[in-house]
Amino acid sequence: MAQDYTPVPAAKENMGQPIARYEALQKVTGAKIYADDLPVPGRPAYAWMVTSGIAKGRITSIDDSAALAVPGVQMVMTHENRPPLGDAKTFSSGGLAITELAPLAGPEVHHDGQPVALIVADTFEAAREASFKLKIAYTEDTPTATFGSPGATQKNLKEVNPSFEPIRFNDAGAALAGSAHTIDSEYYTPIQHHNAIELFSTTAYWDGPRLVLHEPSQFVWGLKNAAAEQLQTDSETVRIKSPFVGGAFGSKAAMTHRTALAAMASKQLGRPVKLVAMRDQGFTHSGHRQETRQRVRLGCDASGKLTGYDHTQWEFTARTTPYSNGGLEKTAAMYDFKAVKSDNYVVQGDRNVPTFMRSPAEVPTVYALEAAMNELAAEAGIDPVEFRKMNDTRVDPVKGVPYTSRSLNQCLDAAAERFGWSRRNPQPRSMRQGEWLIGWGCSMAMYPTQMSPSTARVTLKRNGTASIEVAAHDVGTGCYTIAAQAAGERLGIDPTRISVQMGDSRLPPGPVSGGSISTASVTSAVANACDRLNERLGLPADATADQRRAAIAAMSMPELDATGSWFPAELDQKAVDALYEGGVRIVGGSTDKRAMYAFGAEMVEVRINERTREVRVPRIVGAFAAGHIMNPRTAHSQYLGGLIWGIGSALHESTEIDHKRARYTNDNIAEYLIPVNADIGEVDIIMVPEVDDEINVLGVKGIGELANVGTPAAITDAIWHATGIRIRDLPVRIEKLL
Amino acid sequence: MKPFAYLRPDSLTHASQLTEEPSAIPIAGGTNLLDLMKLQVETPESLIDVNKLSLSEIGDEGEGLRIGALATNTATAAHPRVRSDYPVLARAILAGATQQLRNKATTAGNLCQRTRCYYFTNIDQPCNKREPGSGCGALDGIARLHAILGASSQCIATYPGDMAVAMAALGAEVEIMNAGGETTRVPLEDFHRLPGDTPEKDNILESGDIITGVILPAPVKGVQLYRKVRERSSYAFALCSVAAIVNMEEGRIGDIALAFGGLAHKPWRDKRVEEALKGTEPSLKGFDEAAEILLEDAQGYGENDFKIPLTRRTLKAVLCEATGMDT
Ligand SMILES: Cc1cc2nc3c(=O)[nH]c(=O)nc-3n(C[C@H](O)[C@H](O)[C@H](O)COP(=O)(O)OP(=O)(O)OC[C@H]3O[C@@H](n4cnc5c(N)ncnc54)[C@H](O)[C@@H]3O)c2cc1C
Ligand code: SF4
Repeated sequence: MAQDYTPVPAAKENMGQPIARYEALQKVTGAKIYADDLPVPGRPAYAWMVTSGIAKGRITSIDDSAALAVPGVQMVMTHENRPPLGDAKTFSSGGLAITELAPLAGPEVHHDGQPVALIVADTFEAAREASFKLKIAYTEDTPTATFGSPGATQKNLKEVNPSFEPIRFNDAGAALAGSAHTIDSEYYTPIQHHNAIELFSTTAYWDGPRLVLHEPSQFVWGLKNAAAEQLQTDSETVRIKSPFVGGAFGSKAAMTHRTALAAMASKQLGRPVKLVAMRDQGFTHSGHRQETRQRVRLGCDASGKLTGYDHTQWEFTARTTPYSNGGLEKTAAMYDFKAVKSDNYVVQGDRNVPTFMRSPAEVPTVYALEAAMNELAAEAGIDPVEFRKMNDTRVDPVKGVPYTSRSLNQCLDAAAERFGWSRRNPQPRSMRQGEWLIGWGCSMAMYPTQMSPSTARVTLKRNGTASIEVAAHDVGTGCYTIAAQAAGERLGIDPTRISVQMGDSRLPPGPVSGGSISTASVTSAVANACDRLNERLGLPADATADQRRAAIAAMSMPELDATGSWFPAELDQKAVDALYEGGVRIVGGSTDKRAMYAFGAEMVEVRINERTREVRVPRIVGAFAAGHIMNPRTAHSQYLGGLIWGIGSALHESTEIDHKRARYTNDNIAEYLIPVNADIGEVDIIMVPEVDDEINVLGVKGIGELANVGTPAAITDAIWHATGIRIRDLPVRIEKLL
Repeated sequence: MKPFAYLRPDSLTHASQLTEEPSAIPIAGGTNLLDLMKLQVETPESLIDVNKLSLSEIGDEGEGLRIGALATNTATAAHPRVRSDYPVLARAILAGATQQLRNKATTAGNLCQRTRCYYFTNIDQPCNKREPGSGCGALDGIARLHAILGASSQCIATYPGDMAVAMAALGAEVEIMNAGGETTRVPLEDFHRLPGDTPEKDNILESGDIITGVILPAPVKGVQLYRKVRERSSYAFALCSVAAIVNMEEGRIGDIALAFGGLAHKPWRDKRVEEALKGTEPSLKGFDEAAEILLEDAQGYGENDFKIPLTRRTLKAVLCEATGMDT
């Protein structure tokens, strides 16, 4: 039975208070203001982005006369008449653009849904009507859709990313050849789209040379600089406002075409312009998780100790911009491997550019590793939980650096106890109830602890309140609240008396809200600012509450502020300076000094209808250890959402593509399936206390992308346990089980 | 958006006259039509809102039950007589869409809902149903949801609804008023059509026809089941569904009615299957033979090949449950 009510989780050892997020009431009552809700000066015009109806070819002619004749239409912008734009670097070249393709660059069509025109009108309806009257003629070429499609070209990742190194650690081939048990399996992970409820929107207006952009963003300082670069204007004159983000999952980190399109249109028309990409346009506009193939060879000796691990990944990417996630250096760090070999290829076709999506590299690669671990455990006749525990490691075997902390075994024990794992009969098809076959499966979850430099300004007021300013972002995680908790712990002030401002590029720069960076990075900078304040108040670190109160009341000024900054040990002050230029420096996982990861263990029960092969998940247990937990309540939400995401990733989510036309077909959320309430049974979350004194100021590891990693491997193993069938091709669908 | 006139007639005859214009479309709950208008799949010049007409009543009609064309799906599923005498209908409705959609969706709108074929809903793609003669994108494309029975080389779309499948099993009739003001009743089984060479026509309605209600015959004895198979437990269309009304008589199958959803351009009913089962003792072998008859002419189009074994399995599961046979 599903729980009706999730009690507020209690704070355990090394955890902050489980306070409700500041904006909880406003969010559930719809009162919270998001970027697209912000008021604009004057009456806005409405833009409609016309997107290409073919995936590959060339525009031969454009006839906009009928479109322009629609009453209220102000402009039609195409490659033939758009103002000049500067180059915008992509993420891999240190910029923020999602694609190397400039907006309305020319007549060539490189992928389905490429913006080919912008229509701006007094009303949304007029713009939409004109869009159907805009006549664009194309010559069409045969596009390459996906793996196996004609014209797909394969490259070693090193060719497109010189910093990538294939792993050659000892002789994996020899180690495998000498192993008592081996498996050799191929896995497939599908195209997935973020589908955040909040659509992709940009509102632009100019005030003389100053440009204001209201756009949901995971990186306002990055967007400000990238937009300035593309629009060839001074970044000091650009301001991004994004007070709250209605879900991002990676899709609102990069700069898409719509930013420049809205800004150019607004400049030309001299009034605010609002542009929203519709749900189906979102599928081609802001990236996706690319489909991958994974081949894993894994071996162990007769006692179950791992020997060789050989992993190859193929990622399907765009011809224009060979975006890749990589990630095999992280799976190579997971267990006590004696020899590792890994290779990574990108395969290019006529597709829009993929982007980060919640645990970008980890979802496909850890799924493959963990599925292989389960298969090898079965092959060797060892319980899969025991198998993982006996292959635990304290160092990254390839890099030879120690883990700052690692509590996988504690997580496995905690999850196993709660789940009742010891009662599992290893035999497949050993449990059933009526026409439902029952199976149990498990997996490890991990996410590298990643950090980025950050600044933050903290102001202390004589009345005993404080405020924090940092251009960080709340993408629905509770970031505002956590920043206040960090300052509260440091200043000895009740966090509800601390106000927080975020999501505005006028604030001191914070990190990109991606890679589960925010909590670790922002709280470290906030703590640093608080330490400076304490110092100026002459307070020792262990000052009592009374001492603090007295010192604050005795302040000579009504308020006192300090700007703090922080960078991870692998970087230096230059990385903080780069923040002001919108630069991204992320450190995490295994560096030359240390291995930094959060871990978890997941156990799941599936039920499969013997006849119809419907799969249901009545219960799942996840145990996670991630250093200091700032707020067990918001952490619980992240884990809960992650586990549900993982269930969807295994059983529902997949963007289908027409192989002949290279176009997504189920591009709406009626047909792009994610779990609904009825699909989710009992979700049981255990937070395993963990202390990490070394990793950053507060000992925090990011958790937003932890719980959805590994879940598909636990589910496919449970399906095997129930039916004897190994599914290596996600999502699991009825036809694969018939 | 393409501009359109919006009219709210308050008499049935007026509504019917207005709908006689070929570019006029009636709108009820709007849950299907508005989505398609946003996508420019439906481009009416006028929308004839039928909601002012008094067509939402549900009431006895002889021993049977008359369900008004504007009765909401929620009201129908919750109606005491539907729940006690026609539970297969309540189950089928509740297996469809979501509570919010069912609150708006009407009997007539549900009957006339259009296919979920991806090519039909994307105006950049070829589709004979949307644009006769443009080709069928699904035939060589993504056809997982598509038909295995009664399709044509022009169109392999399915009728996606649930409610009508239960109504087909119940032997319901659709009541239609035409532009001339005449009212006729058509067996629900004959209301939807097969695509043939004119896939643009989902059903037998002509310009000016307004559905006024659906009439269920007197209740019959027996177990009534609706089984809908899909990946997600709720809020997804059927890959395959079965409505079954089975009356056991002394250990043998007596009167039986079976209708199938998700398999064809219409709710599928094959009386030969029912005949083959009638009078037999329930057995897996007998169920298999019945499935064999049902699927004799079934054809897959690649991605949907699995619907053939899935239908066989689902039919067996339903028959086992309905006849009380241990699986
Ligand atoms: C996300 C989603 C999921 C859904 N899932 C399911 C599901 O699982 N199962 C299912 O069965 N359905 C499902 N539906 C479809 C839903 O049941 C239909 O949208 C609904 O029943 C249509 O009813 P309506 O009154 O809103 O029709 P409208 O949208 O108003 O009209 C639909 C059609 O009926 C015609 N029409 C309406 N009234 C009359 C009349 N009196 N006479 C003649 N023609 C008329 C209209 O002209 C139009 O062509 C889903 C819909 C959505 C959006
Ligand atoms: S199956 Fe029918 S609805 Fe779908 S593309 Fe073909 S013709 Fe159109």
